[in-house]
Formats: sequence, C-alpha cells, structure tokens
Amino acid sequence: MYRYDEFDSKLVNERVEQFRRQTERRIKGELQEEQFRPLRLMNGLYLQLHAYMLRINVPYGVLSARQMRQLAHVARTYDKGYGHFTTRQNIQYNWIQLKDVPDALADLAEVEMHGIQSSGNCIRNTTSDQYAGVARDEIEDPRVYCEIIRQWSTLHPEFSFLPRKFKIAVTGSPNDRAAVKVHDIGLRMHRNDAGEAGFEVIVGGGQGRTPFIGKTIREWLPPEHLLSYLEAILRVYNFDGRRDNKYKARIKILVHQVGADEFRRRVDEEWEHIKDSALKLPQAEIDRINAYFAPHDYEPLQDHSAALAEQGKANTEFAAWLKANVANHKVQGYAIVNISLKSLRQPPGDMTAAQMDATADLADAYSYGELRVNHRQNLVLPDVRQSDLFELWQKLASIDLATPNIGHVSDIIACPGLDYCALANARSIPIAQEINARFQSMDRVHEIGELTINISGCMNACGHHHVGHIGILGVDKKGQEFYQFTLGGSSDQNASLGDRTGPGFPADQAVDAVETILNTYVKIRNEGERFLDTYRRVGMSPFKEALYGPA
Amino acid sequence: MALLKNGKPVTDVFLDVSTAETIPSEGAIIVSLDQWQNSAAQLRARKEPLGIVLRSHEKPAAIAEDVHKFAVIALDFPAFGDGRAYSSARLLRERYKYQGELRAVGDVLLEQLHFMNRVGFDAFELASEDAARDWQIAASDISVWYQPTSDGRPHALRLRHQAAGDN
Repeated sequence: MYRYDEFDSKLVNERVEQFRRQTERRIKGELQEEQFRPLRLMNGLYLQLHAYMLRINVPYGVLSARQMRQLAHVARTYDKGYGHFTTRQNIQYNWIQLKDVPDALADLAEVEMHGIQSSGNCIRNTTSDQYAGVARDEIEDPRVYCEIIRQWSTLHPEFSFLPRKFKIAVTGSPNDRAAVKVHDIGLRMHRNDAGEAGFEVIVGGGQGRTPFIGKTIREWLPPEHLLSYLEAILRVYNFDGRRDNKYKARIKILVHQVGADEFRRRVDEEWEHIKDSALKLPQAEIDRINAYFAPHDYEPLQDHSAALAEQGKANTEFAAWLKANVANHKVQGYAIVNISLKSLRQPPGDMTAAQMDATADLADAYSYGELRVNHRQNLVLPDVRQSDLFELWQKLASIDLATPNIGHVSDIIACPGLDYCALANARSIPIAQEINARFQSMDRVHEIGELTINISGCMNACGHHHVGHIGILGVDKKGQEFYQFTLGGSSDQNASLGDRTGPGFPADQAVDAVETILNTYVKIRNEGERFLDTYRRVGMSPFKEALYGPA
Repeated sequence: MALLKNGKPVTDVFLDVSTAETIPSEGAIIVSLDQWQNSAAQLRARKEPLGIVLRSHEKPAAIAEDVHKFAVIALDFPAFGDGRAYSSARLLRERYKYQGELRAVGDVLLEQLHFMNRVGFDAFELASEDAARDWQIAASDISVWYQPTSDGRPHALRLRHQAAGDN
C-alpha cells in the first residue's frame, strides 16, 4: 500500500498543528462557533445532535493493521470505545470532545491518517473497489489512480470552495463494486480497441434528494491526462455550478440542466487549454505510485477448494460463511475474505476497539497486514491463504465478525439516522437491527439469496436507499417516523434508481413490509433468479398488491 | 480594512468607483466590468492607473484581451465559500498572462490566504486588526503543495522527481 514520504507527512503534521492553534483559539473564546465552523469542517469535525463527530478518511478504503490499531486506540482513548465505518470507506467517531480532537488527529497523523476534506464543499476521499489489486476481473489496480487523485485533490488551491461537496470513485474492473455511476465523477477503467487501459469518465451521478445515474462524457481517457481532465471538469463546475440553492448545487444538477452534450463541450473546451500542461502525468510518476501497490510475494499454492468443501460438509456454518463471505482471489490458493459488520449485536458498520485490535492481529497473521473498508460498511481481508480459511473463520466467529450474510438480506447499509444525525427525520439503525433480528435463520437468508437493503433516515440519502434492491427512506410525518420503500435500485455496472412502492409504513410495520416484499419475490421468482432480476422482469404490480392490497 | 501586498501593509491609492453613478475625471480608480464595457474608450484615455473589479459570476474571459490595461484586477468574494474567484485568478495568471496586482476583496478569511496565494493573488483586503501578522501565520501554516500552479512555488511532484534525478 501507499506509504507517506517526507512531503505527505509534513503536510499532515502541519495541518494538525494548524488545527491545534485554531481549536485553542475556539476554546479560549477568541473564535466564535460561526468562525470556527468552516475551520473544523475542513478537518472533518462535525457538530451532531449530541456531540462532535470526527470523520477520518480511509483513502480508497485501504487500511494497514497498524492503522487499524491506532483507530482502536482513538476509539478507546477519546471516544466511547467504538467507531463507525461509513459508506464512503471512512470511519466516524461519534462522541469525541473538542479539546481532544487535536491530540486524536496527532495520533492519527503518526499512522498517516487524517480528516482533511472529509467534510466541506471540496473534493472528498476518493473511493474505490474493496477488491482492488486482488480481483480476478481487474484490468489495472485502481488504487494507483486513487492515490494520484488523493494527492492532486488534497488542499487543492482552486477547488477547496466548490458549490458543494464532490465525490470521485474509481473502478478497475468491469464488475463495478465502487458504485461509480452514482458519484459526482465515476471513473471506469476499460481497454480501447488498441488494447490500452484508460478511463470511461462518468459525470453527474448522485443520490440525495435528486438522484441521478451519471452520464458518460468521455468514452476513453488516457491515464496520462487524468488530472488535466479532472481539473477541466472541476473548473467548469466551480464556475457554472449553482450557488444560490444548496439543494441544487451538486454537479449532477448542472449536468442535468445543461445536458451531457453541452457539459462535455464546456469540459473539452477547457481541457484543450490545459491537457498538455504540468498536470500531464509523467510515466515516471505513474510508475512511482504503482510501485507502492506491487503485488505481495504470494506463495505458489495449490488450489484448496476440495479440502474446503470437505470442511464445509462437516460444518454447515463454515460452509455458509464460505459461500457468502469469501470471494475469488486472482492468485491460485488465495481467497478474499469479507468481514461482516452486520451482526445482530451491533449497528451496521460499528466496531468496538477490541474488535479493531483483534482484526488488526488477524490481518497481520493471515493477510499481509492489510485490510479494506467497503462502501457497504464491511471490511475485507484481501489476501488469505485458502488453507487458513477455517482457522480464520473460527477466530472471526469468536469476536462476532463471521456473520455469513455478505450481499444478503441482513447485510444492510444504514446511515446513523436520528440516533446521531442532526439532519435525520427518522431512525435507521433500529430498523436495520429489527430486519436483522427477523432474518436470523441463515438458511432463510441464503434461500432469499443476493439482496441489498439500504436505509436512509432522511432524503439526503446517506444510506444509499435509491440504489438498494430494496430501499427504505425514513420520513417524519406529523412527528411520527414513517418508512417509504423503493424497489429495483442498484449501484453496480447496471446501475438503476429504485421505484417507490407507494405510501410509507409506520415504524412498527416496516419490517413486516420487508417480509411481504420478500415473500412475494420468493413466490414469483424463476429458478436462481435474484430479487433484482425478478423485479426487473415483473415490475412493481405484484409487490404493490402484496403491500397495499388489490388496486 | 487593511490592504496587504506581498505580505506587507500598503496604502490603497485606488478609489473604488465600481458602484458609483459617475466616474471621477481624475485619479486612480477601480471600475466595474459594466463600466469598463460601457465606457472603454474614455477609460482607456485616462492617464492614471486603472483597476477593475470582477464580481464572482463575471468570468475573466470578458477582459481577456484587455488585461494589460489594468494595474489592478480585484476579484470579489461575496462570501468566503464562493470559490469562483480562485478559478478566475488562475485563468488571469496562467491563461491571460496578467502580470499586475491581483487583489482579493470581500469576505476574505485568514484561513484562505494560503489557497489564494497559490492561485495568483498578491494583494488582500483584510478586515483583521493585525493583518500583517495574521498573514504571516496563514502563509506559513502549510508548506507542502501537491498541485502545480503558476505561482512558481515548488510542488511535491516536481521535488520528488528532482530528488530522484528524473524529470
């Protein structure tokens, strides 16, 4: 993985000291909240319903064991002993005190982490495929370009005061695990007719109040022009994006209003001026960053699947975990292990300090000391020997991290909701936990099959409800929490936005509604057909009828 | 209100008449884009130095051919979060090769100076009581930059590859 050199370290350390001075001025009363607000936001510090919240970037979801231990230390020392992994591959601490924030940031800087640009109207943490570097379907490792974008976007002098926040996602694989079509900019690597790898550039996707699937404005961009092209897009957006209404300020609204063709024209016009400027990436720079992501020194191993099948026969829980949580690795004899943070006993994405420490130890013992965070609020051990899987599974199970539900009904994305968030209209976490409790039979979970349920506690859609196979949106109706349902959303390479079923349900009927939808699906599905595919085949009416009665 | 140029307090010799109804016949003045476009001939004929202020929605392309006529170009920040002038500043310096004073006016925050510094501003109108001291702090808070801009300061990419001996 990438390691800071003297320049990266210096920047982050200077930033910590700068924020320490600003925080001291705030505590002494020299700065008022109004003046302090933009400063703290630039460092990832929010003021939430009950307390400050500190959001720390996990660049493109890559985390070392050493960093994970430091995250545990911060949780234990400055928070209530846990942290919350988010859909943007970041971690949030929900109970931090202002006076402790500079120390926490200094501790994190020691392990090359920070909260710079995890908030504010700037370019946020670039996100990527949690299987980057180990996926079988990968064309090139997207982390190389994510790191190049990370550096280019950090404290960018021109783009730190954009109309609104700005999110970039990169996938190096045709199977999109990074949801690139619902980002401000999505980059999808593919090969052109000459066999060279480059990027399809997708702009103006997003969720929130006005969801859009992104539009392709360039079919194939050579990697050497990546930064100049991004700079051209950002400059057009910085000038032309709306600033009169915060709900219409994201780039998706601009792209929608002027149209993809006109937006492309503006970008190309700008790009012509700068494409051969100092932003043109020298091959030496791409090579330099690429070297940080060189493959591990994998052992020549035999495929171990026959033995795993035997172990699975003897232990059905292990077999269920193997099936749901373990993915193919590009190297024979290795496997990718997903760690579910969706056990019944914790809110989605939450992890205790003890679990973080234990997971760091497991990463050291079984996965070259490396972990990943994915946008579905789970973790990944990317490089596990197949022959270690059984032992690893036992150890994960002993710390409640082996729930075999990745990509299934109880693997729910949920925003923090009204339990924490100042913007929320309704709670998300309790609904997620009730669904999880209702679907405790793993036989039933696996019988339902591949499914994503995404829950947001307000229309800002942090819980990605628009792109859940089943989306749940919490709203406030005369002081009561109601939950509206959408069906048919997806954030993969065939991204789509879900359709509303109809009126919402009160909190005590929301889980029944999920059950009704799933029972209907099981009744009408074809052999081996996923929920999403059934919905796309039959449409809304059978589900509507089951939920609301005959029309 | 203090005017800093290259980090030092200076006296502002320009009179901002951009919102005035009539333009005085003498003296160094700063006019609006409208005034410039409506009275370019008269303004060009003046002996004294001329400045122009661009509001954040006014793109510098509008004065691309004329930048050398101005001793000062002021870019207005109606609110600190309105970042359009950062792009305007870079275009003026990098594309239109403007060499004169580039002044940040309006809601200019201390914490933004290091960004402004990088995109080509060299003069700042600050409300701060001790602007020169504040400027020194703000300008030296962060010493590492990843992005190449026209201000000539070394950026990390160049420093790294110089150190490595390649280019």
